[in-house]
Amino acid sequence: MTALLDVRDLKTHFFTRDGIAKAVDGVTFSVERGEILGLVGESGSGKSVTGFSLLGLVDPPGKVVSGEIVFDGADLVAGGEEAIRGLRGKRIAMIFQDPMMTLNPVLKIETQMVETVLAHADVSRTEALTRCREALLRVGISAPDERLASYPHQFSGGMRQRVAIAIALLHEPDLIIADEPTTALDVTIQAQILAEVQKLCAETGTALIWITHDLAVVSGLADRLAVMYAGRIVEEGPTSEIIANPLHPYTRGLIESVPHGKPHRSLLQQIKGMAPSLLNLPEGCSFRPRCPRADDACRRAQTLGTPLPGRHVRCVHPYIEG
Amino acid sequence: MLVYLIRRLGQSLLAVTAMAFLVFLGVYAIGNPVDILVSPDATQAEIQATVQRLGLDKPLWDQFLVFVGNVFHGDLGTSFVYGRPALDIVLERLPATMELALVALFISVAVGVPLGVYAGLKPDSIGGRSVMAGSILGFSLPNFWQGMILILFFAVFLGWLPAGGRGETVNVLGIPVSFLTLDGLKHLLLPALNLALFKMSLVIRLTRANTREVALQDYVKFARAKGISHRRVVFVHILKNIMIPVVTILGLELGSMVAFAIVTETVFAWPGMGKLLIDSINLLDRPVIVAYLMLTVFIIVGINLVVDILYSALDPRVRLSEVKG
Repeated sequence: MTALLDVRDLKTHFFTRDGIAKAVDGVTFSVERGEILGLVGESGSGKSVTGFSLLGLVDPPGKVVSGEIVFDGADLVAGGEEAIRGLRGKRIAMIFQDPMMTLNPVLKIETQMVETVLAHADVSRTEALTRCREALLRVGISAPDERLASYPHQFSGGMRQRVAIAIALLHEPDLIIADEPTTALDVTIQAQILAEVQKLCAETGTALIWITHDLAVVSGLADRLAVMYAGRIVEEGPTSEIIANPLHPYTRGLIESVPHGKPHRSLLQQIKGMAPSLLNLPEGCSFRPRCPRADDACRRAQTLGTPLPGRHVRCVHPYIEG
Repeated sequence: MLVYLIRRLGQSLLAVTAMAFLVFLGVYAIGNPVDILVSPDATQAEIQATVQRLGLDKPLWDQFLVFVGNVFHGDLGTSFVYGRPALDIVLERLPATMELALVALFISVAVGVPLGVYAGLKPDSIGGRSVMAGSILGFSLPNFWQGMILILFFAVFLGWLPAGGRGETVNVLGIPVSFLTLDGLKHLLLPALNLALFKMSLVIRLTRANTREVALQDYVKFARAKGISHRRVVFVHILKNIMIPVVTILGLELGSMVAFAIVTETVFAWPGMGKLLIDSINLLDRPVIVAYLMLTVFIIVGINLVVDILYSALDPRVRLSEVKG
């Protein structure tokens, strides 16, 4: 069986006045049907841009310059805008980071939901409304009729994110791209939304790409992880294996900076230095200046190797025992 | 909403009263109308009689009280020149000015908003840049000069449109209007365009700035991610958001359009209130000037009230906060 989504050597560059920012520079990964992939990285690592590239929603001056995005057998990069537009909202949906900003403030929830139904399904308005009501109930919003007649500003953040999820689920898509959907929410609401999304995806067999900087959130959710640094995937593999035994020094640094399970008052390990500017990346491995294991071998261009079965890592000195 | 409306009405009334005082004082500081109204060889007794007939011998505050009392009865004085109620004379000219202002407003929105949205969506294209360059000319060239160039080009050089006057009118509900006859429309087009050019440039710049801002919002990206058509994203999601500031500005500008129609009306000999005002100033016909100013104040205050109500219809967030207040 071929993968639902196969991304090969994707490059999305931003053509700015100061030069070309290679926000996504040769990213390769795949997602199986029903699988949950966690795309992890710190701010500016290119994880969100990867998500937007999949839907063809990169704003100028950004542009997908090369690579393949094969979704269910069709290449979306070669197909251009035409190929992607029919899939957006129908087979690939997206949930955004800030629920306060994703719903249009001057349109009723009803308008924003019904238009989504009518964009892809040839049904009457009444039928569309019925589907909207069902979708709202499914994400745990009671009294859907009342909610449909409301405007976004009458909702709390968690409620708005539920509405956004309901909209994403309207056409039971094959793939949902979730771009840090819980970052802007309270911890309690975060847990609810996480559980909700996990349940809904399992029910409908929807694959999920969960973009986040929070390893703690994604480690309990994702089947596989892909760790991004400076526009490239540096490590990829099954979640449990990566968490238990990170191979890349960057991944190890990320895991050590999560406060879970540490003795009280012990100092947190942090990764030294800052993420490099995308306009001025170091040659060879971009993590080299911050890496404790770096030596001259790291100055050469790095390729993704497979030191252990099912584990991919872009490093010449991975943490392998023995 | 009702409480809000009453409060807003109170504010409007206060503004009108304050303006009444200023207008009255300001107008009475210029010249002596009697010098113009009586013939140069009139006797002292004749002059005295005229002064008494017009009530100009009473103290200023007395005249003001009489004026305010009369205003409440809808009487803004009798024109020194025409010998008829000043308000009637101004009101006769009102439809012509309102027609001109409204058509100009329509043109500035109908042309300005689409051009502004286009320039906002494609800011780096040749078309977008040309629109912006054109709008700079629109509001930096003097209005009267634009009017004369329009006349020179369309009336004199091409000969397509008449240079002045109002043309044939028909009565609608007892009000004469030009835009329903072909001849009237021809006469209306140039002055309306002249009056619209400045506002059009303003609308273009405002719309473009807002479109650029709104187009980058997450909710526009989310709308696109939902797979709805580009057309719907622009005409529903973007347009409804940018109409909020556009309506606000246009409401304020409609008032100034009525007021600034003076220049256009003078250039195109359009028989509206503005031309009447210039004539009355030359003749020192105080009651007509006062009536014009009072009516203009009234119109501007009224328009602002309507805009506030419209604003709450467009923006649900305003509606809610006012209910709470």
